[in-house]
Amino acid sequence: MSDEARGALDIDQSKYDFRDPEVSVYRSVKGLTRETILDISAHKKEPAWMRDIRLRAYEVFLAKPMPKWGGDLSEMDFDAYTYYIKPTDKREDEWGDVPEDIRKTFDRLGVPEAERKFLAGVGAQYESEMVYHSIREDLAKKGVLFLDTESGLREYPELFRKYFGTLVPPEDNKFAALNTACWSGGSFIYVPKGVKLDIPLQAYFRINSENMGQFERTIIIADEGSDLHYIEGCTAPQYSTRSLHTGVIEIFVHKGAKVRYTTIQNWSHNIYNLVTQRAIAYENATMEWVDGNMGSRLTMKYPSIYLVGEGARGNVLSIAFATSGQHQDAGTKIIHKAPNTTSTILSKSISRGTGRTSYRGLLKVAKGATGVKASVKCDALMLSPESRSDTYPTMEIDEDQVSIAHEATVGKISDDQIFYLMSRGLSEQDATSMIVQGFIEPFAKQMPMEYAIELNRLIQLEMEGAVG
Amino acid sequence: MPELALDIRDLRVSIDDGENEKEILKGIDLAIPAGEIHVIMGPNGSGKSTLAQTLMGHPKYKVTSGEVSLLGEDLLALKVYERACKGLFLAYQYPVEVPGVTLAHFLWNAHQAKLQATQPEAKKDPKAVLAFRKRLNSALETLKMGPDFSTRHLNVGASGGEKKRIEIAQMEVLEPKVVLMDEIDSGLDIDSTKVVAQAIHAMKKPGFTALIITHYPRILEYLQPDRVHVMASGKVLCSRGMELARELEQKGYDWILKEYNAS
Repeated sequence: MSDEARGALDIDQSKYDFRDPEVSVYRSVKGLTRETILDISAHKKEPAWMRDIRLRAYEVFLAKPMPKWGGDLSEMDFDAYTYYIKPTDKREDEWGDVPEDIRKTFDRLGVPEAERKFLAGVGAQYESEMVYHSIREDLAKKGVLFLDTESGLREYPELFRKYFGTLVPPEDNKFAALNTACWSGGSFIYVPKGVKLDIPLQAYFRINSENMGQFERTIIIADEGSDLHYIEGCTAPQYSTRSLHTGVIEIFVHKGAKVRYTTIQNWSHNIYNLVTQRAIAYENATMEWVDGNMGSRLTMKYPSIYLVGEGARGNVLSIAFATSGQHQDAGTKIIHKAPNTTSTILSKSISRGTGRTSYRGLLKVAKGATGVKASVKCDALMLSPESRSDTYPTMEIDEDQVSIAHEATVGKISDDQIFYLMSRGLSEQDATSMIVQGFIEPFAKQMPMEYAIELNRLIQLEMEGAVG
Repeated sequence: MPELALDIRDLRVSIDDGENEKEILKGIDLAIPAGEIHVIMGPNGSGKSTLAQTLMGHPKYKVTSGEVSLLGEDLLALKVYERACKGLFLAYQYPVEVPGVTLAHFLWNAHQAKLQATQPEAKKDPKAVLAFRKRLNSALETLKMGPDFSTRHLNVGASGGEKKRIEIAQMEVLEPKVVLMDEIDSGLDIDSTKVVAQAIHAMKKPGFTALIITHYPRILEYLQPDRVHVMASGKVLCSRGMELARELEQKGYDWILKEYNAS
């Protein structure tokens, strides 16, 4: 690639970021204390058990040291963050406050007006209410629960308590503890036995004021033989004046059920995105994570699957894209705890400018889990000499009768590929962009059509080097 | 229409292997009138592929002196994609694989880029994509390839012969004015050579100009070239008619290299 093209590809990250702190119209309480936690809990009118879990989690959060093994967290200042914003204040947010260039980005991505407002965190209730209600009714007929997490706790307390925090307890890690202490918003989903949903559930239709929360908590329960595809987030940029996003997602896939969870995060580049995603798959169940990381300053996210029932399957497909100033530290953990379980991991990463991608993965096969089949494939594409890509695969195999395949490649775009495409009439930038799109094709083809198109458009914009 | 489709004068080209600069083309003179088919033959290492790659603009080859005009325009001043948009096409000896990019997607984009460059004022025709798809499928059919090739990833997993045919299919769809074919017939069996030659022959219409690099006269029997040039050691030794190609196949290159004191 020529220097000229490299220069053109080096985009101004500020295009996605709020620069002016004055755009925030609500007041906030900074720092995290025991009182803040009690406030949150009181405000939500929660049962005592939830309040106690929050307090317990807060103690765990304080006691646990900062993780040192992943990305650079040294500049994080927990006292500088806002941990809860009263929904009443949030209503003051307005689309008009969203900076012009960001609105233009939405235009160029072709995101519908309603969705843009929603994604920009200013709500879209008016435009979407009808759609939302019709979807709710359709699901209700089948006995599917699709609520925000607060409503889940309020309306289905027993079901909620049976699952909440059982897969990701506060003790799991510092950020899971933080989330448990301050969680707010997220989705609560239950699909009854044998119910197969033929259209993906999208968070977009789950309207509530806490949607884009900083500490969202999502619980998905797929009962025996059910089938669900859930889509969270969107390829369109997500803006936040808050600079920490710590979510926890727990997914329970019962016997013979199938869950696919698709997410593409495109947080603005000031955000620390530290998320714990974990699923448990029982006998003959299938869990699939389809995980895209485009935005944020630092992402540390390792979607995990515990395969605990015989014949369970786990698939993880991920892409990470890091440009200058970004570090995508992502990967996957798969734990085979039962015989004849299978898993596949395909990870694709692209780094550009001074961007950095890391694949950090764990593949574990417990003693007694015979007949396990697992394959791990990590491909990294580096678009500039200054970019960085690392692979940290860990394998703990305690059983002999298993079949494990591992493959890792690191490459750059060859001059011959660029030349070949250019010799048919494509500019250097278009040729490069096409090769990058080809590189992530195994990921894009797993997305619903409209997401795949949006993802490709987003990659094109990123490669173009200018928006607006 | 300019009289000459391609006019190459005293073209000198070097490559830099990191340590030394080595001259490969040592003053090429070649003029191809519009509408003619010319052939370059010559021993391995004589610079034939270098000439084709240089004309297309591969950055590896450095032009140290000389002039080239394509349909009356200064070719060497144009970027690679501009050369393509002006109607130049290179059918590669070794077509490059591009994983994840389908032939149809790639070619549609190239087709659109070319259209944008040649007719920037043209309005977008919503039916254009259908017409394009039809043309691609018919090109593939001419080359005895299934329509599934259009949705396969570009050259990935294709055999040597299939890759060559994909090159010709691209050529048919993009309708270039001047084509360079670098050993398009090597690695093809007798039947495939015939299919490819017929496809190229079908593109012959007024103004279609081709420069064919080959080692085998078989393809030439179908195409009936106007001139055969022999290259050796970075120079054009001589230019004659079709009978030269047949003679070279029978007798090899030694005699002609001796005749011109080039051995």
